[in-house]
Amino acid sequence: MKLLRETYLVLRKDLILQLRRRDSLLTMFFFGTLLLFVFHLSFDLVPDRVSEMAPGLLWLAFLFTGTLGLAQLFGAERENQCLDALLLSPLDRGALFLAKVCLNFILMLLVELVIIPLFWILFNLQTWVLMPQVFLISLLGTIGFCVLGTVMSALTLRARARELLLPLVLFPLMIPVILATIQCLGAVLRTGEIGDALPWLRLLIGFDVIFLTLGVLVFDWVIEI
Amino acid sequence: MKTQQPQKSRARFLGALALITIAFGLYWALVQAPRDALQGDVQRIMYLHLPSILTAYLSFFLVFIGSCLYLWKREKRDDNLAHSAAELGVLFTALTIIEGSIWGKPTWGVWWTWDARLTLTAILLLIYSGYLMLRSLIDDEDRAALSAAILGIIGFLDIPLIHMSVYWWRTLHQPPSILRPDKLPWENVHPAMLTALAINFVGFLLLYFYLLSLRLRLGEVRSEIKTRRLNQGAY
Repeated sequence: MKLLRETYLVLRKDLILQLRRRDSLLTMFFFGTLLLFVFHLSFDLVPDRVSEMAPGLLWLAFLFTGTLGLAQLFGAERENQCLDALLLSPLDRGALFLAKVCLNFILMLLVELVIIPLFWILFNLQTWVLMPQVFLISLLGTIGFCVLGTVMSALTLRARARELLLPLVLFPLMIPVILATIQCLGAVLRTGEIGDALPWLRLLIGFDVIFLTLGVLVFDWVIEI
Repeated sequence: MKTQQPQKSRARFLGALALITIAFGLYWALVQAPRDALQGDVQRIMYLHLPSILTAYLSFFLVFIGSCLYLWKREKRDDNLAHSAAELGVLFTALTIIEGSIWGKPTWGVWWTWDARLTLTAILLLIYSGYLMLRSLIDDEDRAALSAAILGIIGFLDIPLIHMSVYWWRTLHQPPSILRPDKLPWENVHPAMLTALAINFVGFLLLYFYLLSLRLRLGEVRSEIKTRRLNQGAY
């Protein structure tokens, strides 16, 4: 209970900061939209090809915008040694981890709420009825991304060129999430149901659970860095 | 300085032993083992290919062990082990991929194919290259060691999941068609082939531990130089 309350407190602080400054959110929105345009210009997507490529392209857009958000995740704490102050307070490090995961999750979710419908509009996709399933699967993928991403973001916090380093260490480890999400989305867009991609869905949920637990456990060490 | 002498000669002995074993293994692989019925002489790359990847796996396991020990006891020695093993692991994985490419071109007609096993090996290379990058980009040594240890553990735990997903990804798309035909059942393998493989494997293990002992020594010397400089106030 204490953990949840502390998580809420840190998250509230971060959300207020985000809503007042909107640095991360605006850049993520803009970058995501920009990516959709670049994709269209570089692949010249005709409608019959686009539903086949949609899961991959959509996830590339999320991956890139998400990385942008992760790079700024501890941005507020880096200024004026705020991180040290936060660590000095009697705050459970696990709560700090959960709050940061939630923050990045909320940011990415807001971006996805815009990007996914925009994708459907820009590429003339007709499958609007599948929207709930698409969101649900993206949600699970986003959790996995945020969980591992937060650990890696904290891990690279004091490295030189950390914005460049983050995707290098994060993307290879994210491969199960990327593959599983794309496979599930592909199955849903093809047949309208999860069908034979069910093992992928289980893998995705398993990944989320494993790394969420692992994150809470190792964050004590991670943040000590 | 006196204490280093037996250590040095032991390392030399290990190196010489590795050299002899690999030479002997190559003799078996290139002369004694029969030509492969389907692939011809090019198949003989297998005698290096398999030992390299097994050595690389061993190396990544040592990274994991070293990382866990470091988190637990915070001793430089364990971090040195993880760091050294990661470097060697990257080296042997890269070697494996290069050997595989040379084997793949005449056998499959391509240097590279997105087969599950190939993809997984490439991902391993990427993960541990990232590990080495992380280390080199953090200036403070203790911090670098700690972050690397955590990445070493998370990376290792992620491997089964990556393994599973990459295999599913391939099998859901297309059944493995290229790799199967040349995979002979055990009874079809000539005993001389197995002998050659076993000797080479032992040779690679010896070579690995030789290189590891050198690399560990290098790490020790490096930190020793650092502490001496600190003591002299040169920093």
